[in-house]
Amino acid sequence: MLQIVFDALSLGSLYALGALGIALIFGVMRLVNFAHGDVIAFSIFALLWPSTDAMAIVFAGNLPWFLLIPFVLAVGAAISVLCEIVVFRRFRNTNPATMMIASFALGFVIRYFLLMLYSSRPKSISLLPILSQPVEIFGARLPLLQLITIIATMAILFGLVIFLRRTRFGLEMRAAAENFSMARMLGVRANRVIMGAFALSGALAGAIALIFGIQTGTADIQMGGAVMLMAFISTVIGGLGSLAGAVLAGFLLGAASVVMQVILPVDARPFRDAFVYGAVILVLLFRPQGLIAARGTKERV
Amino acid sequence: MTLLNLVDVSVRYSRLTAVRGVSLNLKEGEVLFVTGPNGAGKSSLLRAIAGVTPTASGHVEFDGAEITGRTPEDIARLGFSMVPEGREVFGSLTIEENLLVGAGMHSRKAGWKAETAVDLESVYNTFPILKERRNQQAGLLSGGQQQMLVIGRALMTRPRLIAIDEPSLGLAPNITDQVYERLIALQAERKLTLLIVEQSSTRAVMIGGRMILMRSGQIVLDGDARELGNGEAMQAAYFGYEDH
Repeated sequence: MLQIVFDALSLGSLYALGALGIALIFGVMRLVNFAHGDVIAFSIFALLWPSTDAMAIVFAGNLPWFLLIPFVLAVGAAISVLCEIVVFRRFRNTNPATMMIASFALGFVIRYFLLMLYSSRPKSISLLPILSQPVEIFGARLPLLQLITIIATMAILFGLVIFLRRTRFGLEMRAAAENFSMARMLGVRANRVIMGAFALSGALAGAIALIFGIQTGTADIQMGGAVMLMAFISTVIGGLGSLAGAVLAGFLLGAASVVMQVILPVDARPFRDAFVYGAVILVLLFRPQGLIAARGTKERV
Repeated sequence: MTLLNLVDVSVRYSRLTAVRGVSLNLKEGEVLFVTGPNGAGKSSLLRAIAGVTPTASGHVEFDGAEITGRTPEDIARLGFSMVPEGREVFGSLTIEENLLVGAGMHSRKAGWKAETAVDLESVYNTFPILKERRNQQAGLLSGGQQQMLVIGRALMTRPRLIAIDEPSLGLAPNITDQVYERLIALQAERKLTLLIVEQSSTRAVMIGGRMILMRSGQIVLDGDARELGNGEAMQAAYFGYEDH
């Protein structure tokens, strides 16, 4: 039983972090960033030297943890900010559909860039192997990583809340997420806020990359896509643009996946995702605006 | 001294021309009412000055500096504070947070924290209701209170000019009176320059000051509000009778 709770929490953590990365950017510029998954993949591959071998030639991956973690977060933030400066800035005043398509295109560019350097074969890497050891808590045996994932996610969420509530930059981001044009009329610098959102979002992508990489022990070009899809669904269920909603929905989705895996009859288990998506449809039928509707996206009267 | 100077400003939305070659000069400390019927281009003119809507031609000077084509945040930082139509409070932020967003542009200056506290207190003195409800979500305020909040928020930017679009929109007449009373008191107290957009000239005549009348994107009358009054010339200009 406890095992299920931890499984649900750790899977939910990944989705929540992913959803947050998407919601942050959507909040300030109404862009659904489909390149987010590829930023995740990029962050993990940045730890490896370019090669097409199955065994990864580790480059920064051997760093001790207190350097490795900042390194991956910084890589994520840097590539994300770079995407903003090089690509999204040019699309800032276009409609959301155009921006979304641009983000798809950018995602492909990043993915094929990685493909060119590293080939499509998933590479096995072992990062911080100590984390794969099991620990025993309240009678449940779980990998140390799972525990750390949950704790780290809570810490990140807590930090983000403090940042958004207590700092000037956080205040400006919240104002801009609700009404960007009004915030600018009060002197809030558009470029600074948007770049801040991209940096945060990219750092979150780095965190996911790290957790995912350690968990699966592989670096896979496709890995971003899987998390990205669930994360995107979480942001929609949560109410596009609502950060709290994105986190809540991410955890719910993680829980739903894990619980279905357990309670579905064995024959139905391969179709677990169909059941999860079915639940998603149900939620959206009853709450099309999302669990927590964001203010900035509501119709104004 | 001229604070705001418009030369031949036009605003176009694809095929529609909202403002046609408007030239206007506003002195420091002046109160200007911009009146005119729906679709006369009043709001478009304001948004163009604030940098929210691009100008199609002409140029805008504020405090002697060319601001045509500059970003809204740059223009705000020069001391042009815009209160748009519909108020646009940050509904999910608290009242105090709303006010603090306006103070952010000065955060690089030394002594900013102390100054912000002073500014905040002065806004609260002007609008005691805001102090009372400082930690509530701004979205929960009534229309009149929201109007006071956005005026307070504009004051937090330490503006030289406040441009305010239809402050009476959706407010009961007695609430509108209160809003204007404070606005005019503030103007006198701080030597503010005010640019007020209203559909009707009634308020301008009541309060006095300069008034321009816009129709079809052009200025058709410009003069002292009380002299123009609601006389025949005014009505003719408003409804465009002279065309017949």
